[in-house]
Amino acid sequence: MLSFNALALISVLYVALLFAVAFWADKRAERGQGGWLRSPLVYTLSLSIYCTAWTFYGAVGYAARSGLEFATIYLGPTLVMVGWWVLLRRLVRIGKTQRITSIADLISSRYGKSNMLGVLVTLLAVAGTTPYIALQLQSVTLSFAVFMGGQSNAPEDLAAVALWVAFGLAVFTILFGTRNLDVEERHHGIVMAIALEAVVKLIALLAVGIFAVFWIGSGPSDMMARIDASPIDVWALQPDRWMTMIFLSAAAFICLPRMFQVMVVENEHERHLSTAAWAFPVYLFLISLFVIPIAVVGLSVMPEGSNPDLFVLTLPLAFDQNALATLAFLGGFSSATSMVIVASIALATMVSNHIVMPIWLSTRSGGATVSGDVRDVVIFSRRASIAGILILGFLYFRLSGGGAALASIGLVAFVGVSQVLPALIGGIFWRGATRIGAAAGLATGFVLWIWTSFLPSFGDGAILSASVFQEGPFGIAMLRPNALFWIDGLDPLVHSVLWSMALNTLAFCVFSLMSFPSPLERLQGATFVNIFRYSDRARGWAGRAAEAEDLLMMAQRIIGPGVAQRIFESEAATQGKQGYLPDVTPDFMDRLERELAGSVGAATAHAMIAQITGGASVTVEDLIRVADEAQQILEYSNQLEAKSAEQERTARQLREANEKLLALSVQKDGFLSQISHELRTPMTSIRSFSEILMGDTSMEAGDRLRYSRIIHDETKRLTRLLDDLLDLSVLENGQVTLNMDEETLGAVLDRAVAAMEVATGARHFAIERSGDGEDVVLFTDSDRLAQVFINLIANALKYCENPSPKLTIKVGQAAGQRVVDFVDNGKGIPTEAQTLIFEKFARVSDNHAAGGAGLGLAICREVMTRLGGSIVYLPGQGGAAFRVVVPDAKVKAT
Amino acid sequence: MGGSVLLIEDEPNIIEAIRFILSRDGWRVDTHSDGLTALDAVRARRPDLVVLDVMLPNRSGYDILHDLREDPEFKELPVLMLTARGQKKDRELAEKLGASSFMTKPFSNGEVLATVRALVGK
Repeated sequence: MLSFNALALISVLYVALLFAVAFWADKRAERGQGGWLRSPLVYTLSLSIYCTAWTFYGAVGYAARSGLEFATIYLGPTLVMVGWWVLLRRLVRIGKTQRITSIADLISSRYGKSNMLGVLVTLLAVAGTTPYIALQLQSVTLSFAVFMGGQSNAPEDLAAVALWVAFGLAVFTILFGTRNLDVEERHHGIVMAIALEAVVKLIALLAVGIFAVFWIGSGPSDMMARIDASPIDVWALQPDRWMTMIFLSAAAFICLPRMFQVMVVENEHERHLSTAAWAFPVYLFLISLFVIPIAVVGLSVMPEGSNPDLFVLTLPLAFDQNALATLAFLGGFSSATSMVIVASIALATMVSNHIVMPIWLSTRSGGATVSGDVRDVVIFSRRASIAGILILGFLYFRLSGGGAALASIGLVAFVGVSQVLPALIGGIFWRGATRIGAAAGLATGFVLWIWTSFLPSFGDGAILSASVFQEGPFGIAMLRPNALFWIDGLDPLVHSVLWSMALNTLAFCVFSLMSFPSPLERLQGATFVNIFRYSDRARGWAGRAAEAEDLLMMAQRIIGPGVAQRIFESEAATQGKQGYLPDVTPDFMDRLERELAGSVGAATAHAMIAQITGGASVTVEDLIRVADEAQQILEYSNQLEAKSAEQERTARQLREANEKLLALSVQKDGFLSQISHELRTPMTSIRSFSEILMGDTSMEAGDRLRYSRIIHDETKRLTRLLDDLLDLSVLENGQVTLNMDEETLGAVLDRAVAAMEVATGARHFAIERSGDGEDVVLFTDSDRLAQVFINLIANALKYCENPSPKLTIKVGQAAGQRVVDFVDNGKGIPTEAQTLIFEKFARVSDNHAAGGAGLGLAICREVMTRLGGSIVYLPGQGGAAFRVVVPDAKVKAT
Repeated sequence: MGGSVLLIEDEPNIIEAIRFILSRDGWRVDTHSDGLTALDAVRARRPDLVVLDVMLPNRSGYDILHDLREDPEFKELPVLMLTARGQKKDRELAEKLGASSFMTKPFSNGEVLATVRALVGK
């Protein structure tokens, strides 16, 4: 028999080998020489951390107790792998596109990046995994104890072994698990090491099996006879237990943090799954092939009372096969260590990301300001978490005393982690699943697991007293841990799985249906459920202009086309570009995000922008659809008078828009009414006099002439009105084309005055011009400018009541701009009307004889705006005074 | 016939047209062009009928009609309202205020005459 020290030395050497392999693989990966390191074979082997020490040692014990039932533990994963197309492919794709770091991250991310869920899953995982780690420590310790035989069996020594193992594993994991902070959380060195361990444990178990069949027994046929003769009831099949076990192992295979780590996070390429789909079941088949023979042989040759959980070790030892026993020891050691390493990495990632980091960030007022700072903290918190988890495992091992059978601890852990399944499956297949639903389901499952599985696992009277099992807590029979709701007589495992999964799923569904997802949840939900639709498509947007356009499309959907276009246009203008598509700069994205955040909230705005500009694989159409849905939610919530600030803001915007529309509508009515009046008045005279002329043939020539002239004049008035209206409409719509040319200001004024003199005819009207400053050359549409001048002169002519009317036209400078003032010597315009006169149909006096419809000044204002100048009323000049600011676009001194 | 009509209207050409139509039929036509003093004009002239434009300088025809109907003396005075805004609500407002009849510009001469005759005849 090997000495304890020799065994310890072998263990240390073996660990050193693992170190070397991990180190070498990491180096190769760093140099980009992945090669076969990243082959589907390595991936498949890494999946074998499913087979822990429990599988390695415990399966034989399990078979010795319950026959073939142990195989159910492999059937579940086999089904999952064979059906990889349905679920695993989705998980891997989601993991890759969403940069998922753990199963807690997956759940959190799916349900709107809810950290509450992340914490919940993390706690569940820690609670479910700690006993499992303890189990591995126990198995290593037990195997040491087997080798030591009677030499020294003091518990202190065993505890020391467990402590050293835990310490060694912590060092190894910290060294290779947290060397760098990879965004994808991949660890080539560790994957390689566990692939090697997978080979070692398979070879070890096969070797022991072959030894049992061909050395102790004499071949397969002899073995079949021995199996028939053995006390093991191989074919004892309890349908309910079998179904439950298959379901449970399948669920755990997906939900166990360590499985998620190797299967999804460490996955190199999706196609590796298709290889693993058949290769991993083969691995499982091989590793379980000799379980029954070893159990049968063990039961027959080993002394009564030997622990069947350790037959793998004790059988070779009983035949003095030290080398084989050592190999078997290393196989068990491998199973235990690989599980502990990966599980503690997975848990540390979860604990650090979902518990430590949020707390650390919240205790710092500035938040994550320096990036290097944060990275150091993350690595430190990972390392501390790994150490913490191993300490927890060790404490559990010490406190539980390692009494219970290995398999039962494993199953308890399986039930625990399986509680994540409804939220996981619902999350990736059902868009209606919500954060509230997931939290309710997880919490329900967690509580039921604690009550029906975890606490009872310590045995009657350990934590729960026997009376609780008999009569329920406080005598409430309905709540007995093994017979909830009075349903008695079920196998405890079946009972626990049935109730926890059923109520978990029920709570998940009911609360999902009753609650309403946030926009981010909807976005993530759509992404997860339709993962293939999103990621199969060609990625990205060609070029930056396309991105800007996509951003614009999205922004329009969220904050409305007008606002969005204004933002984009002004940004483009600041960048010195024409049109609506600015360059997508960080500044612009920040600004846009703030704008969007006002409508849909900061988190969503951030996600949406990131999705587009980051080129992530969510298409714009999907974003728009989500935005549309978000908008519908907003409207719906408004109806329900939900009082969130954002909704109130939206409602206020709607109200304002509505008021604007109403005001516009009133304005439009007034305008139409005015036009109607202005058109009908001349038409009334025309119709009336034409009827008079038609009906009275005996009319005097003088009257006939007068009436005809009225008709004629009114027709002209109508035409003028229509001309003005059309002119105004063209000006207002900005459709006017300007004929820019150079002309002196004086020349334009001359033309205007001349045109008016023709029109005034005989009436005496003095126009006074000094001529100063009139010799500037303007570059403008001089016809339009003359139109303005003519209008002003005509107004003075019409409205100046002075018996000897006079108009002074003065060119000057005001505030650095060239101005032309038109001042008459009449009464002027009352102060309250001075702002009104530029409005359409505004007329201060009711002097209809003037013949205007009140559009003249409105037209002047529009013309001056188009020319880049302005026109204002100039108060305090004695008479009516208008100041025209002449555009200084190109004022040349002659 | 020979009744008297007070035409309250500010468009000179329309005044001339209505005056011509009614005078030819034997009516005596007085005119008034300012809204603010229209009520005084009615009191002073005591016409058999008032033709009242809606859009008047300084005061709306509706206000004048309202005041007329307030005064017991003119409660039954036939008032023909004319308006250049032919919208339904204008007609409704006129009817509510107690206009005897309502016509939209441009009107037919014959119709004006017939309405005036009918209003005074009853």
